[in-house]
Amino acid sequence: MSTLLTIADVVVELPTPRGNLRAVDHVDLSLEAGRTLGIVGESGCGKTMLSRAVLQLLPKKAKLTGRVMFDGQDLARLAPESLRRLRGRDLAVVFQDPMTSLNPVLTIGTQLMETIQEHLELDASAAMARSIELLTAVGIPAPEQRLAQYPHQCSGGMRQRIAIAIALSCEPKLLIADEPTTALDVTIQAQILDLLAREQRRRHMAMIIITHDLGVVAGRADEVAVMYAGRVVERAPTQALFKRMHMPYTEALLAAIPKLDAAPHTPLPAISGRPPDPTRPLRGCSFAPRCRYAAGRCHEAKPALTSAETPGHLYACFHPIQMAAGVDA
Amino acid sequence: MMQLAVRAEPLLDVDHLVVEYGLGNKTVHAVSGVSLQVARGETLGLVGESGCGKSTLGRAVLQLRRAKSGRVLFDGEDLTAMEGEALRKMRRRVQLIFQDPIASLNPRRRIGDIVAEPLIIAGVKDAAERKRRVHEVLSAVGLDPELVANRLPHEFSGGQCQRICIARSLVLNPEFIVCDEPVSALDVSIRAQILNLLEEMKARFGLTLLFIAHDLAVVKAVSDRVAVMYLGRLCEVGPSEQLFAKPVHPYTDLLLQAIPVPDPDVRPVEGVAVGEPPSPIAPPSGCRFRTRCPRADQRCSAEIPELREVAPGQFAACHHPLA
Repeated sequence: MSTLLTIADVVVELPTPRGNLRAVDHVDLSLEAGRTLGIVGESGCGKTMLSRAVLQLLPKKAKLTGRVMFDGQDLARLAPESLRRLRGRDLAVVFQDPMTSLNPVLTIGTQLMETIQEHLELDASAAMARSIELLTAVGIPAPEQRLAQYPHQCSGGMRQRIAIAIALSCEPKLLIADEPTTALDVTIQAQILDLLAREQRRRHMAMIIITHDLGVVAGRADEVAVMYAGRVVERAPTQALFKRMHMPYTEALLAAIPKLDAAPHTPLPAISGRPPDPTRPLRGCSFAPRCRYAAGRCHEAKPALTSAETPGHLYACFHPIQMAAGVDA
Repeated sequence: MMQLAVRAEPLLDVDHLVVEYGLGNKTVHAVSGVSLQVARGETLGLVGESGCGKSTLGRAVLQLRRAKSGRVLFDGEDLTAMEGEALRKMRRRVQLIFQDPIASLNPRRRIGDIVAEPLIIAGVKDAAERKRRVHEVLSAVGLDPELVANRLPHEFSGGQCQRICIARSLVLNPEFIVCDEPVSALDVSIRAQILNLLEEMKARFGLTLLFIAHDLAVVKAVSDRVAVMYLGRLCEVGPSEQLFAKPVHPYTDLLLQAIPVPDPDVRPVEGVAVGEPPSPIAPPSGCRFRTRCPRADQRCSAEIPELREVAPGQFAACHHPLA
């Protein structure tokens, strides 16, 4: 398998009136062609900023260090013109809110054909034919009529299907889906996730799903990275992660989700407190103030990502859970 | 037992409630003949997807949206017939908590004043008494009154703002609270804190809750009974455990299957969900779910299914219920 994307030691800092905010803090990740990586975390954990770093769509004032290698090129050092050719063609994105990611004053046909004609050398009628084909693939009935419609004439689910059609239009090598179903209802969410999985298999495309919902990645990602306060705190093949979580935050995050099979009125194991202020970084582990296993060292030094016994499983914790007594990493 | 209690003396009795909105020359059929009861001390969960009318129903219970027809009996009195001072008095006993805790607090006012406002409206003139009540409820929701009373909403996180909203809803000692998606804007780790807090407050203040949400697992975590709503009508009502274990209405079943399970061994079944809810401006004839239902036939388009008891305490409105 060839590595398509390598994120190496990426740091993203944003200047704020209260000081520098380190949104992404020394993150390393990699993704092979055709595979799915799930990035999970709560709001403010840096998951979206990390995806923006890959897309080179960071806010103007943001400062990025580290390397983002995509298909043999360092995106962070690529000329704007080369980037523009890459984005939309090899590197596509679907955002959370399909209303704001589509242009409200252009028809769906115009928006689809614009991307197709920009990147693929097709004439108008060929681009039109491809648009219809794409809308059919994403499950939109009567695609010919949809082409002439505007985004406000479509439901949220339909708009997200259209955004996916635009993203898929040039057969990207990597699709980044940033909370693609958070704005949608649960029955529509299931349809959109099915659609993404189906198109991914068909096109052998790599995908990054960014979500706050462990349920969304559990059945659909090959590998999961859990982020907290800008860092990856645990990363593992999906099966291995759910089989045995090492980082207390991952475990607590899963435990805090209400379960369908739990009896009503079962108190939820909530995580006390809240994430640290990103402009006031902690010396020790960022999760230590909320962690029930935290002890002396956790408040003094940041634990580095360490390998677990399972291949590919990494965690950043001095006191990983379920370790045999007396073992201290 | 719960069912007996409901039959004996419901605190809230919604009877054939119809709420419609005008939209140009069209009509949005938001709530179309919903009947439900909530017993004293019970939590009734109300679930459904966006646009199903669940929030409108919650607002119509509080008379924030007046019904076109039907009745809302609260402790035996018809709220739909009340106006002015009588309604204002009654509203002290029923409160509302909204989805967006930050938007529901006035950004220019101090927390102490925000929480005291209902007392002022209710005519509590004694400032010391107001202060005592505010301190009491702020402490109850886990905030330190000395630290928070003089601060402004922007100094607090979403979870803390929701605690403040809950404190405000408790300050008049209400009997009944409508919680409209109280945790959907919150992160997973904070959501659990707020759900636990609501359960604690319910026990401590002897509350009755109507808990509206789109997330079935969240609803199950706090509810004694659950009502499932689709396009303005109730599909199914029943005790939480029973309804989740043996859903009878195909829509309840679809909702349950569509939820992603945080377990990689449970492979998502592709293709369980098809189609989208039709517009409430022109809802389908007969059963409103029939356009997306795998079991629908001619009868479903001709005849509106009534809620019928399918198991003790469990009611479903379906011509072809799941066995």
